[in-house]
Amino acid sequence: MTDDLTSLTIQDATRLLRLGSISSADLVTAHVERIERVDPRVKAYLRLTQDLWETQADEADRKIRRGDAGPLAGIPIAIKDVLCVRGVETTAGSQILRGFRPPYTGTAVSRLFEAGAVMLGVTNCDEFAMGSSTENSGYFPTHNPWDLERVPGGSSGGSAAAVASGEAIIALGTDTGGSIRQPAALCGVVGMKPTYGRVSRYGLIAFASSLDQIGPFARSVDDAALTLSLMAGYDPLDSTSSDRAAMEVLNNYGAGVKGMRLGVPREYYDVAGIEPGVKAAIDAALFILQKQGAEIVDVSLPHTDYGLAAYYIIAPAECSSNLARFDGVRYGLSEVDAPNITAEYSRTRRKGFGTEVRRRVMLGTYALSSGYYDAYYLKAQKVRTLIKRDFDAAFEKCDAVVSATSPTVAFPIGSKTQDPLSMYLCDVLTLGGNLAGLPGISVPCGTSDGLPVGLQVLGPQWGENVVFRVARAYEEASEMKAGVATPGPSPRRGEG
Amino acid sequence: MADWETVIGMEVHVQPKTRSKMFCGCSVADVNEPPNTHVCEICLGLPGTLPAINRAAVEACIKTALALRCEIPRHTKFDRKNYMYPDLPKGYQISQYDLPMSVNGLLEVDGRKVRIRRVHLEEDTGKLVHAGDKLHKAWESYVDLNRAGVPLMEIVSEPDLRSADEARDYAIELRTVLRAIGASEADMEKGQLRAEPNVSIRRAGTDALGVKTELKNINSFRALHRAILYEVDRQQKLLETGGTVVQETRGWSEDEERTFSQRSKEFAEDYRYFPEPDLPPLELDRAWIEELRAALPELPAIRRARLVSQHGLTAGQAAIISADRDLADLYETAVMQGAPPLPTANWIVNEVAPTGKLLDPAYLAELMTMLQAKDITRDQAREAYFESVETGRTPAEIVAEHGYRQVSDESELRVIAEAVIDANPKAVADYRNGKTQALNALLNELRKKAPQANPKVARELLLKLLG
Repeated sequence: MTDDLTSLTIQDATRLLRLGSISSADLVTAHVERIERVDPRVKAYLRLTQDLWETQADEADRKIRRGDAGPLAGIPIAIKDVLCVRGVETTAGSQILRGFRPPYTGTAVSRLFEAGAVMLGVTNCDEFAMGSSTENSGYFPTHNPWDLERVPGGSSGGSAAAVASGEAIIALGTDTGGSIRQPAALCGVVGMKPTYGRVSRYGLIAFASSLDQIGPFARSVDDAALTLSLMAGYDPLDSTSSDRAAMEVLNNYGAGVKGMRLGVPREYYDVAGIEPGVKAAIDAALFILQKQGAEIVDVSLPHTDYGLAAYYIIAPAECSSNLARFDGVRYGLSEVDAPNITAEYSRTRRKGFGTEVRRRVMLGTYALSSGYYDAYYLKAQKVRTLIKRDFDAAFEKCDAVVSATSPTVAFPIGSKTQDPLSMYLCDVLTLGGNLAGLPGISVPCGTSDGLPVGLQVLGPQWGENVVFRVARAYEEASEMKAGVATPGPSPRRGEG
Repeated sequence: MADWETVIGMEVHVQPKTRSKMFCGCSVADVNEPPNTHVCEICLGLPGTLPAINRAAVEACIKTALALRCEIPRHTKFDRKNYMYPDLPKGYQISQYDLPMSVNGLLEVDGRKVRIRRVHLEEDTGKLVHAGDKLHKAWESYVDLNRAGVPLMEIVSEPDLRSADEARDYAIELRTVLRAIGASEADMEKGQLRAEPNVSIRRAGTDALGVKTELKNINSFRALHRAILYEVDRQQKLLETGGTVVQETRGWSEDEERTFSQRSKEFAEDYRYFPEPDLPPLELDRAWIEELRAALPELPAIRRARLVSQHGLTAGQAAIISADRDLADLYETAVMQGAPPLPTANWIVNEVAPTGKLLDPAYLAELMTMLQAKDITRDQAREAYFESVETGRTPAEIVAEHGYRQVSDESELRVIAEAVIDANPKAVADYRNGKTQALNALLNELRKKAPQANPKVARELLLKLLG
């Protein structure tokens, strides 16, 4: 019975809740039991938030009885450790923020709370969202529920793994270079990164401000679309948020792909290092979409090769500034036993930040330094403009762009940690969407060697509805629903 | 000695008049409020927070730029100035680097044209209080973030000033302009206006600029003047004895009356400026700028000239009245409503400016007319003025109620004057023995008994009676 309740979509759960067959408290209990059972092996959660789920589930049950429940009433949600929730320890996966309890809740999370969501806990991630495997967490790595020896992807690996292993119905992640879409692909769930500016970043502990976006993980495109529609929309606290109507993300998204033109960028299709099994799964997906009436067209994104380089200038540059505030003076880790303030800074930061964070802070500091700014940061911004133009040109030929989300399936834990560059290559198909600020989704599209493969759909700016439309048509035609894995004590593939 | 020329450029930080801080909703604290009482998650720089631009600060900056005849470019943006210091909660200051809000202005000070390079907006830092000496030696240091995020306009001039006098007068004129347009209260003691002169000297007749020093910690116009004088003298002595001036920031010590070398905030000053990604570039609405331009009041320099040429005021009167927009408005409105210009100007300079108590212009006109018609004495006018300010009743009502009037008729005063003479034989004797001041004692006695007496008539009467 309880396992049945941990593989539901929002739609399924809401039906049961409204019918009175179950209460929100039942749903929460089922999930908590599931977490107790599987999370010691998956390690998706950093912290559980019992106080919150008790009050929120009570509130949801009261509202459901009264008949004024919000669209997410009683739905268990997991929140990535970079999103501030009032009173809940929020650390961005870093030791430097250990013990930090924000005095406020970020906008996106508050909006989902208002819609009735019930928070189960805080999910693990790469430190400050820097990484593609969740191995850079300052606490512990998260394991892929489909194969515990493998990574869940990252940086939002905890959120992806939680949804994939039945430990939450939906989860929030953030995507700076692929950090929602790539772990969604590797864990076999739906993950959506909205257009830059669609969702307020207020309350998101910044990694790279011009690239970061908050988005949902879910078991269906419908759930992802609903969740996004509830947290989107203008926020006076985020000047980069758009005043476009939140509900437009749902416009016509159930209309199917008949007559749509779907572009396959050759630079993405034949990207270096793409696994044959992944390519085969994408070919199969393209065939299904074509059968549904979509026209597959060849497009080109000629500056793709420069994207990775530009990304690894811009993101570190912004992070070097964003992370300057972690100085041990006001909150978090503080090495006060230092002879002077400068030593206090360096001791706190050396102890509090992991290797990858330090690497990026140094890279970014260098790139912004006087005498290097033009050669690095300014040049990277110009490349960014070229990448936007590539997409503009592509969207003149097609309605959406489709590709693999990740060139590979989930890789073994530890296999890339010694080689940062090979880790950076995980995001080669996703970070273009961040540089250009575009909406993108990853939906499950079969397996390769028994491990999930993700299909990425990228849309034009503000074209979330287009992205959802293609993704939903594919989901429906392929019957490729996100599965729930039940990880065994020894590595074992879950049931699909 | 006489062949050195002083060259000064000014950087002035001004706190625009706003209710809230630059990027959050916190109210702006007064100087002596308890530490960390005007703070929120945004100005504390807590993780996850974002800035949002205060429109009132932008408006004040545009008004200032317009008053200083600056150009306002179509595009402007904010940048991050990165450096770590405990009074800077985010590890960077949001400022403006290469696309400031305004450029290329001009302020005329006593006939000298001072070019304004730029006026831009930024946020203030917090304040450190050290128990002990400097930060690196202190036993304990405390951080007060009440000021963190308070808006600041930075007004940068070209090096067009040539003396300490000019620099001081420039700063005073700037304050006058800022107050007149309502952009800032510009009170130096409250830290709302901070002047930092860049001082260098060169041989007269040469064009190349000498090595400059930037002076900080200046808390008054007097300190500004003295700091520059000291610094010019210091540089001159250095250069004349074969030394060189080092480009650096120097603090002004009020107690020791000297400047001293200050350690820079960072050992190597590379601020790694880059565009603030949390704030989209601003494209200022041209119609709004034109609205603000149209609503700008007459600038103090122009008003001052007009008060002299049209109203016949002295330069001193005109300077005092035009320095304060409220005074100038009161003066001109009262005159328009029939107040006699010169006595009214005199009244405002002597009675209103020192007290800051403003009366309704129509009431002032009424009072000044009575005073000029010699219906009441100046003392009575003063009483009536302040009573009217406090009660809101008209001066005419107050004068009538108190029976104020001025008696200029000798015959009415003669009885009182005779009584005063009879009652003060000593003063009378002193006067007759040549002590002319004794007359004042008698006059005071007379005015005690008859406040309504016209002082001039009373004096003449006493003189006549004493023969």
